[in-house]
Amino acid sequence: MSTNTITTQKVNFKVFRFNADDDYLPYYEDYTMEVTSEEVVLDILNRIKWDHDGSFSYRRSCRHGICGACAIKVNGRSTLACKERMNDMIELFGNELTIEPLSIKRAVKDMIIDKADFWNKHDAVHPYLISDVVEEPETEHLVSPEEAEQLLEADLCIQCGACHYACPVVEINEDFFGPAAFAKAYRFEADVRDEAHTSRLTELHEEKQGVWDCVKCYECAEVCPKEINPIDKITKLHQMLFKEGVATSNVATRHAVGFKHSIEKHGVLDEGGLVLYSEGPSIVKHIPVALKMFKKGKIVMPWNMPKSDNLDEIKKLVESSSTAKF
Amino acid sequence: MEKLKYALFTGCTAKQSTPEQMMSTLAVADKLGIELVELTEASCCGASHLQDYDDFLSLVLNARNIAYAEKHELTMVTICNTCQLNTAMTKHRLDNDEALKAKVNEKLAEVGLEYKGTSDITHFLYAIIDDIGLEKIKEMVVTPLSQFNIAPFYGCHNIRPSELQNKTHKTPESAYRPTSLDDLIIACGGETVDYEEKTKCCGFHVELQAPRTAAILTGNAIAGAMDGNADWMVTPCPLCHLKLDTQTHHASEAIGREVELPVLHMQQMLGLALGCSAKELGLDHHLANVNFV
Repeated sequence: MSTNTITTQKVNFKVFRFNADDDYLPYYEDYTMEVTSEEVVLDILNRIKWDHDGSFSYRRSCRHGICGACAIKVNGRSTLACKERMNDMIELFGNELTIEPLSIKRAVKDMIIDKADFWNKHDAVHPYLISDVVEEPETEHLVSPEEAEQLLEADLCIQCGACHYACPVVEINEDFFGPAAFAKAYRFEADVRDEAHTSRLTELHEEKQGVWDCVKCYECAEVCPKEINPIDKITKLHQMLFKEGVATSNVATRHAVGFKHSIEKHGVLDEGGLVLYSEGPSIVKHIPVALKMFKKGKIVMPWNMPKSDNLDEIKKLVESSSTAKF
Repeated sequence: MEKLKYALFTGCTAKQSTPEQMMSTLAVADKLGIELVELTEASCCGASHLQDYDDFLSLVLNARNIAYAEKHELTMVTICNTCQLNTAMTKHRLDNDEALKAKVNEKLAEVGLEYKGTSDITHFLYAIIDDIGLEKIKEMVVTPLSQFNIAPFYGCHNIRPSELQNKTHKTPESAYRPTSLDDLIIACGGETVDYEEKTKCCGFHVELQAPRTAAILTGNAIAGAMDGNADWMVTPCPLCHLKLDTQTHHASEAIGREVELPVLHMQQMLGLALGCSAKELGLDHHLANVNFV
C-alpha cells in the first residue's frame, strides 16, 4: 500500500455533552463516522459541529499546536486535538472513542471548561522574569546558548492544561500548583537573568501547594504535547530547593535526605529508620499499622537489618560523590 | 533451550516489608527453570527520592549496581517498578551522555568498578513475557486460576514514561492500554478485570508528606477493582503492594467507604498457577487476608 493512500474506517464516538445553563446532569451523545487516515482529533470536533449539531461547543484557534486552546480527553487521555492524529488514537484505543473535556467537574459547555484554577496556579508561581532591568542599558544583556539550554525547553509550554488535568494530585488537593505551573516556575528559575530565585522557590517549597506533594506518577510527562516533561522540571526544582538553601527541615525533605544516610549506613534502605528519620516524634501515628505488619513478618528489627555486600565501597562513594548539603 | 539466567536486583522491600515477594520470586524462578544470581552488593536505588536531593550521587549508586550485573555479563532483572525506573533511567542517561558517563566512571574507578552499558535492565514481568513467552507459561500452568476475577494494578513506574519503558522490553506496552499483566492473568487461566484505576498511581511516594492524597489514591484504586467485581488484585510492584495491602484502614477512612481486597504480587499469582504452595509464596505475610487458597 502506498503511504499516500487515504484510508477510512468507521469509528463510534461517545461525546460528552453538557450545558451548565440548562442541564442538571451531563449526558453522552453517540456519533458514528468514517474517519480518514489524514484527520486529527480536531477535525472530528469540527465535523460534529458542522455536520451533526451546531450547538456543540469546544475551544479552538491556531490549529497548529501553538495556542493550547483545544486540549480535551480521548478515552481519558489528555490530548491536544489539533495535534493528535486519529489513526494513532484508533491504534491505541480501538474504534470506540470517548470524547470528554479535560476536566468533567469543571465543564461549562461540552468541551469547554472553566480553567480558572489552572490560571490561578500559573499566576501563583510568578510566571515572568523578575529582574531590575536597566532601562537605558549601555551593553547587551547576553545569555549564552549553554545558559539558554538550561531551560530544558520549559519555555515551549503552551498552557494547554493537558498535564494539569492529567495530574492525580490536582484532582485531590486543590492547593497543589500542578505540573504546568511547576514547569513554568522552572523556566524562570533556570533563567540566568531572573533575580527572584529564593522568593519563588520558597512558595514552591510550601506543603500542599509545592513540589513535595508530587506523587511521581509521570502522567504529566506522558501527556505533554510539547514533550516538555514537567516531572523532570519538578525534580530539578527539588534539587534547587536544597542548592539554594530554601529547603527547610520537614517530613518531605528529611525523607529525601534520609535515603542518603540509610544507604551510607546499610547500602540498602532501612525502612523503619527512614520513617523515623523523616517523621521524628510523629512516628507514633504509624504504630498501629507497624504492629499489624510486625505480626505478619513485615518488619525487620534494627539488629537484623540487612546490609549490602562490599559496604565499604558504598560508604566511599557516598563520601566522594555527594554534591548536595542539608 | 539454554537455561535463562539473570542478575537479580531485589530492591530493599523484598528483604524487609515484602518478604513474600522475595520468596515468591525464587519459587517462581525455580518452577520456570530460571537461574537468578542475586546482586548482594547492590545498594538502594534511591526510590526516586534521593535524586531530589542529590542527583549525581543517585546516578553513581545506580551505576554501581548496574556495573555488578555487567560483571556477571547478565541482564539485570528488577522486581520493583521504582527500582526498574531508577535503574533504567540511569542507564538511559549514561548511555546517551559520554561526559556524564565519564564523570560517573571517575567515581566508580575509586572502588575499582566501571559502568560500561553492556547489561540490559528489565522488570521480571517483562523478562518472563519476552524470554519465556505467554504460550509457554500457559502450557506450564497446573492450577488454572479460572474461578477468579483478577484486577491488574500496573504501577506507574513500569508503564510511564512509555518512551523509556518501551526500550527496556521487547513486547510493546501502552501507558494507557497496557496488556502485560492482563496477558499474564489470562495465561494463568484467570479473568481480568478492566477498571479505570488499573494504570493510576497508588500514592506510595507521598505517604509521609501528603497522607491524605496517598490514602485517597489507594482507596480509589481498591474501590475501582471492587466495583469491577474483582476477587483480588495483582501487581508487579512491591511499593504498590504495600499501599494496597497495608494501608486499607487509612484508604477506607479517606474515601468514606470500606475497601479491602487480597492483593497478590505478580510472582505469587504466577506461582499459584504453576503449582507452588501458599507457604512457598508467603501468602501468610499479607495484611489483607488471602482467603481463597
